[in-house]
Amino acid sequence: MTLLLDLALVAWLLALAVHVVVQRGERSAIIAFLAFGLLLGLAWVRLAAPDVALTEIAIGGGGTGILLLRAEAVLRGRGKEEEPMTRAGKLAVAVGCAAISAGLGLAVLSFASPAPTLAPAAAEALGATGLGNPVTAVLLAYRALDTLLEKIVVLLALIGVWSLAPDGVWDGAPEVKPAIVPGPLTYLARILPPFGIVIGVYMFWVGADAPGGTFQAGTVLAAMWLLVMMAGLKPPPDTSRPLLVLALTGGPALFLAIAFLGSIFAEGFLAYPEGLAKPLIVAIEAALTLSVAAALAMLVAGPARKAPAR
Amino acid sequence: MTASLSPGALFGLCGAALVGIGLYAIVTHPGLLRRIVGCNILGAGIFLVFGAVARRGGGAGFEADPVPQALVITGIVVAFSASALAVALLKRLSELNVGERNGTAAPTEQRGRL
Amino acid sequence: MTPFAHATTPGGFLLVLAVILPVCAVLAIFACGPRSAARIAMTTLAAGLAIAIAIAVELIASGAALSYVVGAWRPPLGIALRADGLSGAMLVMTALVVVTVGLFARVQYGLHDGAGGGRAQTTFWLMLLALWSALNAVFVGEDLFNLYVALELLTFAAVPLVCLDGRAETVKAALRYLLFALVGSLLYLLGTGLIYGQYGTLDLLTLSRLSRQEPALSAALALMIVGLLAKAALFPLHLWLPPAHAGAPAPASAVLSALVVKAPVFLILRLVLDVAPPQAAAIAGQLLAVLGAASILFCSVMALRQARLKLMIAYSTVAQIGYLFIVFPLAAGSAELPPWGTIAWTGGALQLVSHALAKAAMFLAAGVIAEAFGHDRIADLGGFGRALPLSAAAFGLAGLSLMGIPPSGGFVAKCLLLTAAVIEGYPWLAATILAGGLLAGGYVFRVIDTALAIPAVPVAPRRPVPRRLELAALALAVAAVLLGLVPLRPFGLLQIGRDGLAMAGLP
Repeated sequence: MTLLLDLALVAWLLALAVHVVVQRGERSAIIAFLAFGLLLGLAWVRLAAPDVALTEIAIGGGGTGILLLRAEAVLRGRGKEEEPMTRAGKLAVAVGCAAISAGLGLAVLSFASPAPTLAPAAAEALGATGLGNPVTAVLLAYRALDTLLEKIVVLLALIGVWSLAPDGVWDGAPEVKPAIVPGPLTYLARILPPFGIVIGVYMFWVGADAPGGTFQAGTVLAAMWLLVMMAGLKPPPDTSRPLLVLALTGGPALFLAIAFLGSIFAEGFLAYPEGLAKPLIVAIEAALTLSVAAALAMLVAGPARKAPAR
Repeated sequence: MTASLSPGALFGLCGAALVGIGLYAIVTHPGLLRRIVGCNILGAGIFLVFGAVARRGGGAGFEADPVPQALVITGIVVAFSASALAVALLKRLSELNVGERNGTAAPTEQRGRL
Repeated sequence: MTPFAHATTPGGFLLVLAVILPVCAVLAIFACGPRSAARIAMTTLAAGLAIAIAIAVELIASGAALSYVVGAWRPPLGIALRADGLSGAMLVMTALVVVTVGLFARVQYGLHDGAGGGRAQTTFWLMLLALWSALNAVFVGEDLFNLYVALELLTFAAVPLVCLDGRAETVKAALRYLLFALVGSLLYLLGTGLIYGQYGTLDLLTLSRLSRQEPALSAALALMIVGLLAKAALFPLHLWLPPAHAGAPAPASAVLSALVVKAPVFLILRLVLDVAPPQAAAIAGQLLAVLGAASILFCSVMALRQARLKLMIAYSTVAQIGYLFIVFPLAAGSAELPPWGTIAWTGGALQLVSHALAKAAMFLAAGVIAEAFGHDRIADLGGFGRALPLSAAAFGLAGLSLMGIPPSGGFVAKCLLLTAAVIEGYPWLAATILAGGLLAGGYVFRVIDTALAIPAVPVAPRRPVPRRLELAALALAVAAVLLGLVPLRPFGLLQIGRDGLAMAGLP
């Protein structure tokens, strides 16, 4: 029975993906991609990975979806398309891609048995971190260097996006509010944020021991902030505004500071002193949640378009 | 067959298929926005392969190996950042092209040129 | 765990600093704003150079690789950093180029102070430092996924540099570059996933010790190498490079062409040498050499045909990268002689470093020319050597290295590769090396000829250019020439730490 459900889910996912690719209309393709992102979240639940499921729905589906929808609205009617490929060319590419998929499928089916895994090692080390959620332990202890560098990647993407502003307005504010704000949007922007903030804080708080964590919480907070800005209830901040800069850099800076302290008071860079691991990790996660929220919202908002208020 | 079609293997195969679909979109689609979407489908497929690996590696009281899960979370955030940068470049490009067509490209934008 | 694993060595913390210090500077500049950007960057450049030199000194003094286990979480659960002799050479080369380019940019941005509210300048400094961190992370990385994050860091730092001037043409080049780089990293990531599924580890040292016969490993490595080739711009995946590298401001072009494309090449080398099953490695080596030879010939001809100086230099980059790929079959080694004991190994490493120095010098010289005359159309630059003798000299000296004419690092590199090609029985590679040298001579002399021409109406600079700008380019060109003093034999530094890897499989 569950196998049938899984098969249906896979079939639906593949159908949506094909639909996204072959669909002529840009907008309907993107909406199909949004649905694809939600279904993918379900697939991750079936793979017993609730942390990934939450991240996928929040960022992979929702965040990317909003980004693409906003882009489509701007590009509509003026996107320059390249020369379409010939039918024979497309067929050749299709055959090539099918071969890659087939080879990959074979590789997936022929993985070593018993499956190699780090689950026991991760479980054994969990005690030293004081955490209950092994995924959080991987992200913030065992492989914390990845997470630290990835925070810098997000910041660089934002700097890159901001660098695309015209020269004079570079340190000004982006434009988020559409020309006409639909009534329901304003209504939602008034009632949703208090709930969203509670949900975000809850997700961050349980992340140490249960599914949830900084990215998921950060995305929810970012969504609430974007909603408020889109409805025009609060203007987007200047990109050079100190409070925004503090929110963006605070998480990585605290992470780095604790990492360096680890090389003095613990066993090395990015190590946590015994017994203090959990409170330190929770502190880092709190700061990172704010940084992620600010960065994601600003990435969606785009480069500055209005000169700064000086 | 039923044994090999555990959820892990099934979604791994789904991921393999998505990789092909995403690559096809990236190579053949004439629109740049859709190529960015294609990158996301390709990414989703790759992440599912990681998911299959994680699911197979369940043990020690965990239903799935936490390491690949964490890698996927990092990967999703990087993929989102990449999409955001690509979309911003695409928007800027279309703005500049429209400005050029109308002859209104701001002269100040040339000043950074070295 | 296994008896042989990563353990933090004395001086290992330097590796962390090499990766993390530029990141700290990025945060500081971001927090303090445009006004202090150049000052923070300059301080970091000095400190970073000192760290790179300290790592090299430590390597030579101890004669063994440096390692650091991050957070004391040992691989496979945790992540290790490791620098052997080759990594050390890469770190020092990167530091030299980044510091010189930084000094150049400091002077050049000084000429345009306040232009555009600091957007281009601030972004440049942020990205230069981030790029440095990413390169160092690639050179000392030991974990396949950590290397993926480092590659993405590199992409996100490099792409905005391409379109700093904000023209439609460069934004388009940046977007194309980003798409190529993204697909490349995704293919790399896919291979990483397959390797984890097969072996349950991402640690290169652990992987290098496993008995590696499975076809799944070869498939995974093939995906990773193809992805990395797209980033390294090897023919026929080079289409994104010329517009991107030619459109960036000169200091950015210099780091992109000299350093950024080297990171994927370095990783391919590590995968083929340390992880690939021997038979698959041999086949991959042959294929890579064919593509490398095609790159050399095709893109050298393309370089000859360019009307714009910077596009010419960019095509030359693709051609010179080709030389790094013909090393693979030549440095295959044998039962008695490990790859890193061969002359081709030393030749390849020298080619990598001398090209980095020479190419950075060329792009900086081209930047001076564009700054002085306001354009870089070769045909309209007749007699520019009179106005900018130092830049013309920098261009010429750097050209020596690209052509492989003594005395220069490029000469030693190409001489070693040529000898290896003859000894190992690859006449077609020997012929390619010679033809590539002649073609490089063609495009370099075209510019030198223009520089020395005596046109009816001499070109006059639009504005005077500070001597210090020219000196930065000249310094790099001279360094590329000085590399030619390296003795013509397998070079000791490049072998440090390699033995440990080979011995690792033994009990």
